[in-house]
Amino acid sequence: MASVPRFWRGIGSRYNLEGTRCNECGEYFYPPRNFCVNCRRVGHIEPYKFKGTGEIISYTVIHTAAEGFEDQTPYILAIIQLDEGPRLTSQVIGNPENIHIRMRVRSVFRKLGEDGEGGMIYYGTKFVPEHE
Amino acid sequence: MTIGIVSYGAYVPRYRIKVEEIAQVWGDNAEALKSGLMVYEKSVPDIDEDAATIAVEAARYAMIRSGVDPERIGAVYTGSESHPYAVKPTSTIVAQAIGATPNMTAADFEFACKAGTAAVQACMGLVSSGMVDLGMAIGADVSQGAPGDALEYTAAAGGVACLIGKNESEIAAIIEDTYSFTTDTPDFWRREGMPYPEHGGRFTGEPGYFKHVTNGAKGLLEKLGTKPKDYDYVVFHQPNGKFPTKVAKSLGFTKAQIAPGLVVPKIGNTYSGSCLMGIAATLDQAKPGDRIFATAFGSGAGSDAFSITVTDRIEEIRNRAPTVSELIKDPIYIDYARYAKHKGKIRRS
Repeated sequence: MASVPRFWRGIGSRYNLEGTRCNECGEYFYPPRNFCVNCRRVGHIEPYKFKGTGEIISYTVIHTAAEGFEDQTPYILAIIQLDEGPRLTSQVIGNPENIHIRMRVRSVFRKLGEDGEGGMIYYGTKFVPEHE
Repeated sequence: MTIGIVSYGAYVPRYRIKVEEIAQVWGDNAEALKSGLMVYEKSVPDIDEDAATIAVEAARYAMIRSGVDPERIGAVYTGSESHPYAVKPTSTIVAQAIGATPNMTAADFEFACKAGTAAVQACMGLVSSGMVDLGMAIGADVSQGAPGDALEYTAAAGGVACLIGKNESEIAAIIEDTYSFTTDTPDFWRREGMPYPEHGGRFTGEPGYFKHVTNGAKGLLEKLGTKPKDYDYVVFHQPNGKFPTKVAKSLGFTKAQIAPGLVVPKIGNTYSGSCLMGIAATLDQAKPGDRIFATAFGSGAGSDAFSITVTDRIEEIRNRAPTVSELIKDPIYIDYARYAKHKGKIRRS
């Protein structure tokens, strides 16, 4: 997992899907950008909290997990497109047999990982099927 | 001055284990346990859920119901006996996750199963004194029962958040008064660093639960000059179904008054969330003007009694977030092996 300061700096976006939006062209950014890639110096960026709903664009089912995630296999890792536009990679909680592309999902608050039994616990956003 | 519940939110993990499944592992009689405890299944947290994630989910539902600006919240208090950190407040995580930080105070509470109602009382004090505009009080737990211990049949997971305020137009349920009864009674404890609590077996009953709940409830009824028949609903801490049913009868409440808030048969004892879960389930169906009497109990031991009157506002906010009955429908049943993995009772080498 990330170092403690590195994780701490991203708490806003990890907990609450805080990103940014350019008021000039209307594009949303997650993770947050402080510079609009479309409007460049005429862009006007401001904070934006995403609604937390979207759909699965693609997914994979992890059977052989990285260290720290072994107890969760098989689990779903998906590219999710938020309703506002940005795409992100996140775990989707649910039965891999019931998952499908274009499935609607919503954000929930879960443990993302931890640094062993004595280290920091990393909390943040995962997704579940929208009507669960 | 009027103080009350501006909003509330509950959360129950989706996994369940049935009493039969636990009983077959330990060679116990499931039918005798079910009829004795009046508990048929209990909630189990997912592998990535703990008291903090449950508190956040409950608090977020309370925020959705209220529609208030989270920056108005001046205090976040989370009661639990399973805080994920020994040092590092759960309440800071919750406050950040609901957008209430940074101009507010936060702390964690612990008083066995009544830490959530202790947090409600603290918020009532801060709100009524004018120190804060709104206070968020939460009771959340992923409670532990040692393998083979009687607690394993009931120790469950869940949480409830109550947003406390004094703006009359915002209050969904007025808390008319509260009364507590506390003694040093070692009926149940967990020492620092120990994974499972220990308890006094039958000693938890009469000297613990019944003495404190009865005295707390009687104390508030006498203070207010009210009688059981003055209330439409009653909620008691529900470590199992038998205890609240028995204490309700002894105090003069009816089965009809206790039924709507008695959620323990389906989800088990959610500890710090237990009494608040009963209150939430009752608010889910109470009508404006209805009166609710509630008494929480925490081992150690103490009780917090509340007299509540529902306002017209309840109809506006109730359906903005899932009700308790919606949260507990459609469970996923798991076997003992998977339950043991979810609860960390077995670990990968």
